[in-house]
Amino acid sequence: MTLLTTPKTAVRLAGTGRPLREHLFKIALVASLVIALGFLALVLYSMVAKGLGRFDSRLWENMPSIRRPEAAGAQSAITGTMWLVGLTAVMALPTGILAAIYLEEYADRTRWYNRVIELNIQNLAAIPSIIYGILALGVIARVLGLGFGVLTGAMALSLLVLPIVIIAAREAIRAVPPSIREGSLALGATRWQTIYRQVLPAAIPGIATGAILALSRAIGEAAPLIVLGAATFVPFNPSSVFDRFSALPVQIYFWITQSREEFHLLAAAAIVILLALLLLMNSAAILLRNRYQRRH
Amino acid sequence: MERSSRAAAAPGMRLGRSRPRYGESVVKAVLLLAALVSIATTVGIIASLLSPTIEFFAEVDMVEFVTGTSWGPGFTPPAFGVLPLVVSTVVITLIAVVVAVPLGLLAAIHLSEYASARVRKVVKPTLEVLAGIPTVVLGFFALTVVTPFLREWTPFEVSFKNGLSAGIVVGIMIIPLVASLAEDAMSAVPYGLREGAYALGSSRMVTSLRVVFPAALSGIIAGVILAVSRAFGETMIVVVAAGSNPSLTANPLQEMVTFASYIAQAASGDIPVGSTVYKAVFAVGSLLFVTTFVLNYLSARIVRRFREVYE
Repeated sequence: MTLLTTPKTAVRLAGTGRPLREHLFKIALVASLVIALGFLALVLYSMVAKGLGRFDSRLWENMPSIRRPEAAGAQSAITGTMWLVGLTAVMALPTGILAAIYLEEYADRTRWYNRVIELNIQNLAAIPSIIYGILALGVIARVLGLGFGVLTGAMALSLLVLPIVIIAAREAIRAVPPSIREGSLALGATRWQTIYRQVLPAAIPGIATGAILALSRAIGEAAPLIVLGAATFVPFNPSSVFDRFSALPVQIYFWITQSREEFHLLAAAAIVILLALLLLMNSAAILLRNRYQRRH
Repeated sequence: MERSSRAAAAPGMRLGRSRPRYGESVVKAVLLLAALVSIATTVGIIASLLSPTIEFFAEVDMVEFVTGTSWGPGFTPPAFGVLPLVVSTVVITLIAVVVAVPLGLLAAIHLSEYASARVRKVVKPTLEVLAGIPTVVLGFFALTVVTPFLREWTPFEVSFKNGLSAGIVVGIMIIPLVASLAEDAMSAVPYGLREGAYALGSSRMVTSLRVVFPAALSGIIAGVILAVSRAFGETMIVVVAAGSNPSLTANPLQEMVTFASYIAQAASGDIPVGSTVYKAVFAVGSLLFVTTFVLNYLSARIVRRFREVYE
């Protein structure tokens, strides 16, 4: 047949064989992306539109109030979130990075226990966040006796984001070329010297990206804190790690469950703060990663 | 891992070692300890769930739990039939899947097979931002935007809190997960397969749907299962938008209470420690944990088989 003799004809055939279906498919593809991104825009727009009218200094200067929504603010929730993020960073980041170093640089994958650790981390990454609340309630608060303070909340969040930190740090460490390690070892450095002086500095941008994403996840998480009873009314800032606390997402939930419309406006205003903070952190993480990826 | 075992066996290292380095073993022990925190977490989760669950089933008949059609631990007399929670959880997960899988997969095909590098570079991070929105915010969105829309624009009798609105928004939440995992799977398909298809005269659509998609299918299925697991355990959206009165119904226009949303509601209320109601929270938690564990395991199994094919 002459049909397939010249590549030019073949290409044209491929293009014109089923023009309508091809076009419809392409339209469906573009539409799916537009819808997905449209939802994102709609969420952001609806929250800002609702919350902007109440977005003023009362929000961070005043304490929550049940009776007077016009005077209520979210100061205790904002400071609570700061405590939580700080403690989570101190606990989850070192643990996660050290665990990642172990798995990438030391663990022998043929050993069963190392495979168990790996599978276990994968599974923990996909466990519902509310289960971490149950863990904190049953073990950390009651059995360890740490109570229902900000430390218990931060420990629950730390365990929740630990898999994220480990997975991101492992990827960053794996991306460091083996030749760097070999060069360092050849010059007589020990294994740990090689890791500390060569591998970790090279992996820092990737680790930092993972760390920011993990902390932003911790900032937005409400479910485990609600199980710990953080949703109750807390009109004071925590002054020690054992004090009861509130957090921004928990305060938002508390306001959403109130029936008066003023509280819904307040919730929307607090959401604007939360989203602004998270968008800032996520964009920083993504920018960092893009810059780092370009160099390799 | 090949790399580290090679380094360990390198004869050069042994030659250069002049004295024992105790610090090195201490470092390794500390690192292993950090890795064991994750094991301790799993052990802790199982420990915290197991004993109240066992105590719960000493007080409540397991047959009543599995077959009972009414859930009301606070009622007099209390009712412990878990079926209403099961049906609600499954219905909301199904709605989420119906929303997220078509949209997520089409978006993934677009990103992997059609989009230019420039479009991909903008769209992928934007989807990640969508994935980063706190679920309590999405719950508020469901309650204040989606539900009023459904009440206004659909002919159905939609109650103020309902499973449909929650399910749709849970679906929106998992779109980025489905899209990014499916896109990873499709990008990993060797380019030779596409070139072969084009050489045989296939169009782009045929190549995408008949060659790349089937080749990536196991990875895509694993991603979808992971997304289902995420939807199954989603708490805040459901707790805010789907209500708090459990009833045995598959009608998503009514209030629905899932495993996760029941745990959140019960635990945030005042329940006496050690009471049957308190233990019921842990029993439902066990159910949620076991189900998501099985789903995650299934997904990991499928991913491992998929990896063997292409490496």
